[in-house]
Amino acid sequence: MTEEKYILRVENIKKAFGTNQVLQGVSVNVRKGETVCFIGPSGTGKSTLLRCINQLTIPDSGKIFLNDEEVTHAGPRINYFRQKIGMVFQNFFLFDHLTAVRNVEIALLKVKKLPPKEAREKALYELRQVGMADWADHYPAELSGGQAQRVSIARALAMDPEIMLFDEPTSALDPELTREVLEVMKKLALQGMTMLVVTHEMGFACSVANKICFMEHGHIKEEGSPAELLNNPEFERCKAFIGEFREYSQ
Amino acid sequence: MALEILIDWFPYLFSGIVLTLGLVAAALIIGVGLGLPLALGQVYGTLPVRFIISIYVWFFRGLPVLVLLFLFYFGLFPALGLDLPAFYVGAIVLGLWGAAYQSQVFRGAIQSISEGQMTAARSLGMSRFQAIRSVILPQAMRIALPGWSNQYPEILTESSVCYAIGVAELLTRSSQIVSQTYVTMPIYLACAVIFILLSYAGTSGIHILEKKIAIPGFGPGGS
Amino acid sequence: MDQITFILDVMVPAFESGLLMTLALVAVTAPIGLLIGIGVACGRVYGGKGLSWLMQLYAIFFRGCPLLLLLFILYFGLPSIGIVFTPFVASVLGFIFCNSAYNSEYIRGSIISIKEGQLIAAKALGMTRNQAIINIVLPQALRRSIPGISNEFIYLIKYSSLAYMITVIELTGASKLIATKYFAYNETFFAVALVYLALVTITTFGASALEKKFAIPG
Repeated sequence: MTEEKYILRVENIKKAFGTNQVLQGVSVNVRKGETVCFIGPSGTGKSTLLRCINQLTIPDSGKIFLNDEEVTHAGPRINYFRQKIGMVFQNFFLFDHLTAVRNVEIALLKVKKLPPKEAREKALYELRQVGMADWADHYPAELSGGQAQRVSIARALAMDPEIMLFDEPTSALDPELTREVLEVMKKLALQGMTMLVVTHEMGFACSVANKICFMEHGHIKEEGSPAELLNNPEFERCKAFIGEFREYSQ
Repeated sequence: MALEILIDWFPYLFSGIVLTLGLVAAALIIGVGLGLPLALGQVYGTLPVRFIISIYVWFFRGLPVLVLLFLFYFGLFPALGLDLPAFYVGAIVLGLWGAAYQSQVFRGAIQSISEGQMTAARSLGMSRFQAIRSVILPQAMRIALPGWSNQYPEILTESSVCYAIGVAELLTRSSQIVSQTYVTMPIYLACAVIFILLSYAGTSGIHILEKKIAIPGFGPGGS
Repeated sequence: MDQITFILDVMVPAFESGLLMTLALVAVTAPIGLLIGIGVACGRVYGGKGLSWLMQLYAIFFRGCPLLLLLFILYFGLPSIGIVFTPFVASVLGFIFCNSAYNSEYIRGSIISIKEGQLIAAKALGMTRNQAIINIVLPQALRRSIPGISNEFIYLIKYSSLAYMITVIELTGASKLIATKYFAYNETFFAVALVYLALVTITTFGASALEKKFAIPG
C-alpha cells in the first residue's frame, strides 16, 4: 500500500438506472495535480461516474473521499463539498437570465457569501483567466458555444475548487470553437489543477493527461499513462478505439 | 341629456371604478401570493402536497365565480363566524379563484426551465432553495408574464359578478344610476366602454413592463 | 326537516329542473357560438380591410365587456328602445356573443398558424380561394383549435350561472332559492358545487378524448 495521499478516492461505485447497470463497481484514485481522462464508447457510464463524484447522481453503493473526507452520505453537507468540486457540463448550463460576470459571481454571493465588491473582483479575475473579460456584460444568448463554455469554466473556477470535473466539455461545440476551450483546459492542467475529464478529444487526452482510463460497460477496462495506452494497449476494445484515433489523426 | 346625467353622476361612478380596480388589485396580489407557492408545491413538493394542491386547483377552476361568491358570502364565512363586508369577500374569492389559474401558468413556466439550470446551480453548491430563488424563479417569472397577463382582463370582467353580493363596484353603481334616472342604454354602454378602456390600459401597461424586463435572447421561445 | 328528506324531496327536484335549464342554455349556445366564431375569425383573416376591422371590433367589444353587463344590456337595456327578449333568449344571445368572440380568437390564431403554402398549393390545383379555405385551411385550423374551443365550452358551462341574474332559474338560481328559503346555505351551495364540478370534470375528460380522436401524427 502506497503512502501517497490521494486527493480523490473513488471506491467501488455502482449505479443502475432501472435494469441498466451503468456503473458496475468503478474505483479510481487521483493524486493532487493529476489530470485523468476517461475515454470510451458512448453510454458506458463515464458521465454518470463524474456526476456521482459530486453527488448530482447518488450512487447505489460505494464510497467517495475528497481529501479523506467522505462525500457519499454527506446529507446537507454536500453543498460544502460541491464548492470544492467544480463541474463543467457539455451543454454549459449557463444561467440564461444573467450576464457573464453575474453568472460567475452569483455563487460567490449566495453560497460563499462574499461581499459584492469582492465577488465582482474575483469574477472579473476568473473571466480574464479564460479570456472572456471583454464579454462580462453579455448574456449567454449573445455568446458563441466556445465563449459560453469558457464562462462556465470561469464560473466553476471562481469557487476555488480542489478538483475540476469536465463532462464532455467540447462535445457540443464546432471544431473551431473546441480549440479555444481545450487551450483553457490545458492551461489549467499546467497550473496544477486536479482534473477529471470525460472526453472524445484523444489529442487532448494524450498530450495533457497523466492517466487515461478506458471505460466500457460500466467498468474501467484499462488504465495507464498516455504512452502506455497508445503504444501498448492490452484490452482489445481499447486497442480498436485508440486504433481508430491513430488512423484518423494520421 | 344622457351626457348631463353622466357628468352629474360621475363622482358616484368613479368610486365604483375605484372599487373595481381595488377588487382586481387584491385578486392579483392574492393570486400571485398564493399562486406562486402553489406552483412551487406542485413542481417541487412531495406527493401529498401535490395531491392537495391539485384538489384546490380542480375545485376553484371547476366552479362558476357566482357559485363561489354565494358559497363564501352566505355559507362559509358566516359558518366560521366571520362577518366580512361584501368587498372583502369578493376580493378573497376572486383571489382564491385567480390563484388557481395563475398557479398553473407559473407551474408551466417553472417546468419549462431546463433541468440543466438546476443542475448547474446545485453543482456550485447552492441549496435547492437558493437555486429556486436565484436561478429558476427569475427566469420562470419572465416566461410566465405573457400568460399571466391574461389574468388581468379576466379578473376585471369577473369582478362585475360581485354585483350579486352587493359590492358597490362599477357595474352595481351603473345599475343604480339606471334605476334612479331611467336612462338605460347610454349608461350601460358607457359602463361597457369604461370596462374596455380599463382592460386596454392594463394590458398595455403589462406589455410595456414585459419589454422593460426583457433579456436579450431570453423568452418563452427559449434561448 | 332532517337532512335526507331535505335532500330527496327538495334539493333533487329543484336541481333537476335547474340542471335541465343549464343544459338547455349550453346546448343552444354552443353550436351557434362556434359557427359565429368561425365566421368572425374568417372575416378577420380573409376579409377586406373594412370587414376585418369590424370583426376585430366585435372581438374586442364582446371580450372586454363583462358578460353580466352584456346580459343587463340585452334584458334591461334594449326594452327602452323597443326590443324585448325573454330572459332565456336574452341569456342565450349574451352567451353567444361572448362565446363566439373568444372562439374567434382561438380559431384566428389557428388559421394564421396554418402555413401559407397550404393555400397556395390548393389554389395551384385550381381551387377557388373559398374552396381552399373551406376544404384545406379550416379543417386543419379547427383541429388545432379543439383545445381552445373546448376550454371555452367549459367556461360556458360555468358562466351560464349568470343567467340567474336576469331571472332564469338554472342550476345556480335553483340552489340560491332553496338555500334562502330553507336557511341551508352551506349544504345547498356545496351540493350545487359538486354538480358543477361533475359537469366540468366530465366535459374535460370528453374534451381530451376528442383531442386524441382528432389528432394527426405530427
